[in-house]
Amino acid sequence: MDLRRKPRIAESVIQGFLFLCGAISILTTLGIVYILGRESLLFFANEEVNLLKFFGGTEWQPTIGRFGIWPLVTATLMASLIAMAVALPIGLCVAIYLSEYAPQRTRSILKPILEVLAGIPTVVYGYFALTFMTPLLRGIFGRELVEIYNTASAGIVIGILVIPLVSSMSEDALSAVPGSLRQASYGLGATRLETSVRIVLPAALSGVAAAFIVAISRAIGETMIVAIAAGAGPNFTFSPFRAAETMTGHIVRISGGDLSYDSIDYNSIFAIGLLLFLLTLSLNVLSQWIVRRFREEYE
Amino acid sequence: MSVAVDRSPQAQSETSRTSPNGTGRYAIEAEKMSVYYGDYCAVRDVDMSVPSNKITAIIGPSGCGKSTVLRCFNRMNDLITSARIEGEVLFQGQNIYDDEVDPVEVRRRIGMVFQKANPFPKTVYENVAWGTRINGFRGDMDEMVERALRSAALWEEVKDKLQQSALGLSGGQQQRLCIARAIAVEPEIILMDEPASALDPIATLRIEDLMKEISEKYTIIVVTHNMQQAARISDYTAFFSVDDRRTGNLIEFDDTEKIFTNPSQKRTEDYITGRFG
Repeated sequence: MDLRRKPRIAESVIQGFLFLCGAISILTTLGIVYILGRESLLFFANEEVNLLKFFGGTEWQPTIGRFGIWPLVTATLMASLIAMAVALPIGLCVAIYLSEYAPQRTRSILKPILEVLAGIPTVVYGYFALTFMTPLLRGIFGRELVEIYNTASAGIVIGILVIPLVSSMSEDALSAVPGSLRQASYGLGATRLETSVRIVLPAALSGVAAAFIVAISRAIGETMIVAIAAGAGPNFTFSPFRAAETMTGHIVRISGGDLSYDSIDYNSIFAIGLLLFLLTLSLNVLSQWIVRRFREEYE
Repeated sequence: MSVAVDRSPQAQSETSRTSPNGTGRYAIEAEKMSVYYGDYCAVRDVDMSVPSNKITAIIGPSGCGKSTVLRCFNRMNDLITSARIEGEVLFQGQNIYDDEVDPVEVRRRIGMVFQKANPFPKTVYENVAWGTRINGFRGDMDEMVERALRSAALWEEVKDKLQQSALGLSGGQQQRLCIARAIAVEPEIILMDEPASALDPIATLRIEDLMKEISEKYTIIVVTHNMQQAARISDYTAFFSVDDRRTGNLIEFDDTEKIFTNPSQKRTEDYITGRFG
């Protein structure tokens, strides 16, 4: 019998190919960071701006050299917070319903329908916000209070957009909790609600938190809806019913116009992009920490 | 009074129920109980009165419906959507399958320990405290937890790691924690579904000793595939078998000693002596 090692070329080829696939995604990320960083440096190297003005100013008017980031940040945060206030509770409730309450048949019908929601183009959602949600808000809160373009409307619709994301990922996490834990809970005389919320949900926390984070990142980065429905012009306001421009909305509007390659406007959008990137990155890091801190590991 | 069930159709109507202990108090009684999963009949016409404060073992070959019967006693089968139960299960004179009976309340009074230890992914302390907390326990929780852990012969081993995860305990300790958790809510009956089958012999013996100890306070019904275990620990033994349609039947229910030394039914004897199963 020949026990000598045989050369297995296919094995090395496939290994190299898989490594290449992994490398491409990592290199792309690094490339994006590099470009963002380089162009941002050019922006901050300009004598009209510095970090203090950037983070201290409440006015963003590139034409007159005002580069205070806060109007864009507050609009982004407001729209995202509103979106999360809509998506997290509803998404989680849908997930708990699907995983713990719904009969198999209902689940097999509902889940695909919900996932169709995620497939609707965001431009459709944008006009849905502008032509349905905004009039609705104006009807409820009054036309004087609610402007035609406002972050509340955009935020709510972003929330609707990410509900399937939250519910689908959370449902996967909840369903992965072993049935033996549910049985143990029922065996102690727990109700379905107690079992779902106090046994299954904590055990699935890491997966649910991951769903939340993906949803928040998605909401912060959402562009089309805010570009259509939130407003076209930086506005430093804390009222969700006023028009305001988010970071993404601003980038898309500026880069959509004719912008010369070397202008400070052009560089400024990279700085905004970098900040956006850092924002979602820090959210990810924070969530990793939260999950490690609070998760209940089964097995 | 000792009545064995003869499964011939004529005899069936006369023996309305069987119990090795005709005059004593019963913890739970099944009357003409049949269980279906969809169209498939898993167990047919079980008449069985389980005496209080004793250990009753349920033995039988694989697929004879032992676990199914056990799960009927605290409505755990409700969790399986296709399961359907006919007949009655009387607990303190009331049919637990009546419409007005709350299965949650039934399960609080009739606890369960499972084949594979399934502690919650929480601390040791919280595992014991949780069941009582959801049931509105208002007393001294520390004292209650200690009492339950002592009853489960686990206190000495875990008293210094109450705030650690229960999943860090050994398999035997986890199973005793599950027993402590069941004891903590002070049920009247504890159902055990092969509680020691996943444990090594020493851990198994500890569980068996524990069962004997707590049987003074609780009625224990234990499913086991280990006949020696049934013989060692139980006061009464129910033997189930399975017919050619894979439907389980109660063949004989009597004093453990009688079942293992002088069974009335040929099939019981065949099983006990290892001729099948």
